[in-house]
Amino acid sequence: MASRPEVIAPPEIFYDDAEARKYTSSSRIVQIQATLSERALELLALPDDGVPKLLLDIGCGSGLSGETISENGHHWIGLDISASMLNVAVEREVEGDLLLGDMGQGIGIRPGVMDGAISISAVQWLCNADKSSHNPRLRLKAFFTSLYKCLSNGARAVFQVYPENIDQRELILNAAMHAGFAGGIVVDFPHSSKKRKEFLVLTCGQCSVNASISKGKNEDGESCSDDDSEDEENQTVCISDRHRPRKKQKNNKVGKGKEWLLRKKEQMRRRGNVVPPNTKYTGRKRKDRF
Amino acid sequence: MRLITHNMLSSNIKGVVNGFPLRIEAEKVVEKTMEMNSEFLEKMFEKVDWKAFVDASRAMGYTELPEEANSSMLDSDEFLNRFHHALLELDLEEGALVCPETGRRFPVSKGIPNMLLHEDEV
Repeated sequence: MASRPEVIAPPEIFYDDAEARKYTSSSRIVQIQATLSERALELLALPDDGVPKLLLDIGCGSGLSGETISENGHHWIGLDISASMLNVAVEREVEGDLLLGDMGQGIGIRPGVMDGAISISAVQWLCNADKSSHNPRLRLKAFFTSLYKCLSNGARAVFQVYPENIDQRELILNAAMHAGFAGGIVVDFPHSSKKRKEFLVLTCGQCSVNASISKGKNEDGESCSDDDSEDEENQTVCISDRHRPRKKQKNNKVGKGKEWLLRKKEQMRRRGNVVPPNTKYTGRKRKDRF
Repeated sequence: MRLITHNMLSSNIKGVVNGFPLRIEAEKVVEKTMEMNSEFLEKMFEKVDWKAFVDASRAMGYTELPEEANSSMLDSDEFLNRFHHALLELDLEEGALVCPETGRRFPVSKGIPNMLLHEDEV
């Protein structure tokens, strides 16, 4: 399995000067980041009225995702915990404003001013406890509640996440729902282990008014609706299977018969095993109501 | 950091009720030119807290904004130009932001405010 940076070191230490430079000079990473941001912006479903929006980029790093936002003509404010990454962003002269901050401490932004938020490969870092004072649950809660506050009514937040396992995904999603967000997970390329990308699409406030269906992408470029991808209107997750009354299974097996059983018992006795004696009950069927 | 960001930013230290607006201590201010978009400015005008905005622009050394403003002034090109300049072109390069309630300083270096909190402030 590929190594996860999350298990190596905390983000502000892992993304040091060398790593930050490496990250931004790798054309492969740059391209992946650009595609992911493009897709996140698409899922953000901003109104198409030509007016630039003010977006929040959480975990903006060296501003790779911000560049995509700028290309689409929007303004952005980026937040990141790694000073080295932000320094690279300054060198690259990105257009957005940068803040050095920890999303787990909450986002210090005035209520209701942001038109949307995106985050590329960052939120899963919150699931780690890197210091003794860190509690992932509380940090996720602080993050999502402060984010909910600063988004304007009807705004969306799209997070591309790499959860390590189902529990992490559940933890993140639960924290988001507790903060008041509605939404779900959109999975692109669900059948490919490498290309598979998960996006957490959250809406705040009146979500069902103009909620369009977000669907995951498939290999052929067609959109496919995956089990995991939910529409905002259809928030009830199907968990009914366990509690549904089962169909009575009919037993059509005839059984092997008394003769076969007696033969087998005799065989076992010859081998020296302890076998119950034969009685009138041997090989009889049990009553139905047993 | 530009004033558009400053106007959105508030201090989120634990226990602080009103962490807005952060007071600016400017050491170095630079100007960056940017293309003007009047639709965006009109939209931002509704969101900007005008008083905090004027105070911040004064702290950055720009005094040409009126004390009071209302949406009818957006029709004037002169006002739009000033608003645009103050909002998007003034950039605080070095200095600090000060929390109005606790007096905690958030240093700004290379244009990036350090909003990281200490453990006892979370």
